[in-house]
Amino acid sequence: MQRIINNPDHVVEDYLKGYVKAHPDIIAPTANPRVLKYVNAPVDGKVGIVTGGGSGHKPAFSGYIGKNLVDAVAVGEVFSSPTAKAFYDAMKAADSRHGVAVLYGNYAGDVMNVKMAMEDAEDDDIIVKTVLANDDVPSAPKDQRAKRRGVAGEILMWKVGGAKAALGGSLDEVIAAAQKAMDNTRSVGIGLTPCTIPAVGKPNFTIEPGKMEVGIGHHGEPGISVQDLRSADEMAEMSLDIVLPDLPFSSGDEVVVLVSGLGATPVMELYIYYNRIAEILGDKNILVYRPYVGNYFTSLEMMGVTLTVMKLDEELKELVDLDCYSMGIKQGSV
Amino acid sequence: MGDSFRNIDGKVIVERLIATIHENRAYLSEIDGAIGDGDHGINMDKGFTLVEKELHGREMNMSEAFKTLGRTLVDEIGGSMGPLYGVFFKRMARASKEADEVTAETLEAMIGAAYEGIQSLGEANVGDKTLVDTLAPAVAAVRDARANGAALGGAVDAMIDAAETGWKSTEDLVARVGRSSRLGERSRGVLDAGATSCYLLLKSMGETMKELTGA
Repeated sequence: MQRIINNPDHVVEDYLKGYVKAHPDIIAPTANPRVLKYVNAPVDGKVGIVTGGGSGHKPAFSGYIGKNLVDAVAVGEVFSSPTAKAFYDAMKAADSRHGVAVLYGNYAGDVMNVKMAMEDAEDDDIIVKTVLANDDVPSAPKDQRAKRRGVAGEILMWKVGGAKAALGGSLDEVIAAAQKAMDNTRSVGIGLTPCTIPAVGKPNFTIEPGKMEVGIGHHGEPGISVQDLRSADEMAEMSLDIVLPDLPFSSGDEVVVLVSGLGATPVMELYIYYNRIAEILGDKNILVYRPYVGNYFTSLEMMGVTLTVMKLDEELKELVDLDCYSMGIKQGSV
Repeated sequence: MGDSFRNIDGKVIVERLIATIHENRAYLSEIDGAIGDGDHGINMDKGFTLVEKELHGREMNMSEAFKTLGRTLVDEIGGSMGPLYGVFFKRMARASKEADEVTAETLEAMIGAAYEGIQSLGEANVGDKTLVDTLAPAVAAVRDARANGAALGGAVDAMIDAAETGWKSTEDLVARVGRSSRLGERSRGVLDAGATSCYLLLKSMGETMKELTGA
């Protein structure tokens, strides 16, 4: 394992210390070392936005703490849900007595810990509602959409929910907007190499040289097929063939496209992939209203790429357009 | 002799559980790595190590030690196993706290309450390839043993036997809940990590209980 770490069992503690030092204009530590918050949170009069998840996905989750985005984040071990206590403390850190929207991914551990945290929050009269992200198309058939995992589409859910809260939306309006974003978002990932949890010390799955795994999850959950490695253009075609029919997206739609590397992919190659995505969408008369291309939601040092597409309406456009300032997305002249 | 032990002497049960997790850290992670992300042993060991510090040098009975264990797991380890095992041990603590003497009846109440706690959080049933496959038959076996008049030693033997059979059954099952359920058929042929840790914990707990009774 060739890694820049100290004690492999302490990577989360160690990175958090550096993280708060590097972003003091956006992120503040809290009394719980596993909870980070926006420097101005709780923001007076605003619904609090909370998320959380395992570590190893930088800039997710805490990279989306910031102005008009997320107020507080619960931080877990690498690829492992935060504790119920961390979720609860994040809810408290975000709460300005206007309710808290917990917008998070559909994973068994996260669901259990949020459930336990909500019981404690209820005892403190903090009103909490949730939206579960389930944008990963290959993780379950369409008729079992509730079982699907949340992946990079979570970012668009935070963007939309965060903007709705910033514009003065009530808790129910924030939840409705975030749910609408999720219902109109679909994702797929392709993995080319495995990744290694530092404390484990070896890759926890394998992808043979010359192969790629289509539909891989961002912890390395197996996808729908292992195939011979193809060109970037063919990967783009394959990705759209999975994502577009599922919603479905169709001619005349306006969409946000988010292309993310999985950690080890040269950013240059994300643009090679995006070029073909944009060409195909153009051919299908689907308008890319706003593209995001970069390392937005990674999986340690996995080589690979994810594609996320969100269909827009007027409300979603307004919310996507709102300026924001975070480590992960800086938009507009904030 | 052999029918019960004093709650006040039972802290060692939790100390042995901690040792069991330490010893099996690598084994649990290896099993988890086959169909999960390979961190089960690491996360369990991290939580149990914190409990070791909490217990060190402090006098407490078995129920208080279980409560400390449960609370620490909920507050510190996260994942799926933090809440599941946290509730598991907290309920064991609650079910035994009034008992000065721990008997077969106490064991039945403890393990039954632990199972109810797990069911309140997760959606797993027997056959889904989770720790429920170890726990549910163990609960039933203790109940049956008690109905047949078994004392603590007999109930423990029945519990460990049933837990082992249930644990081993997970090898041939296809995961239906949790992260490995995404694998479908590819999850067959390996033991479930949670079922494995549950078996190791029940076995350790039972063996220490028997030792305490002087059997």
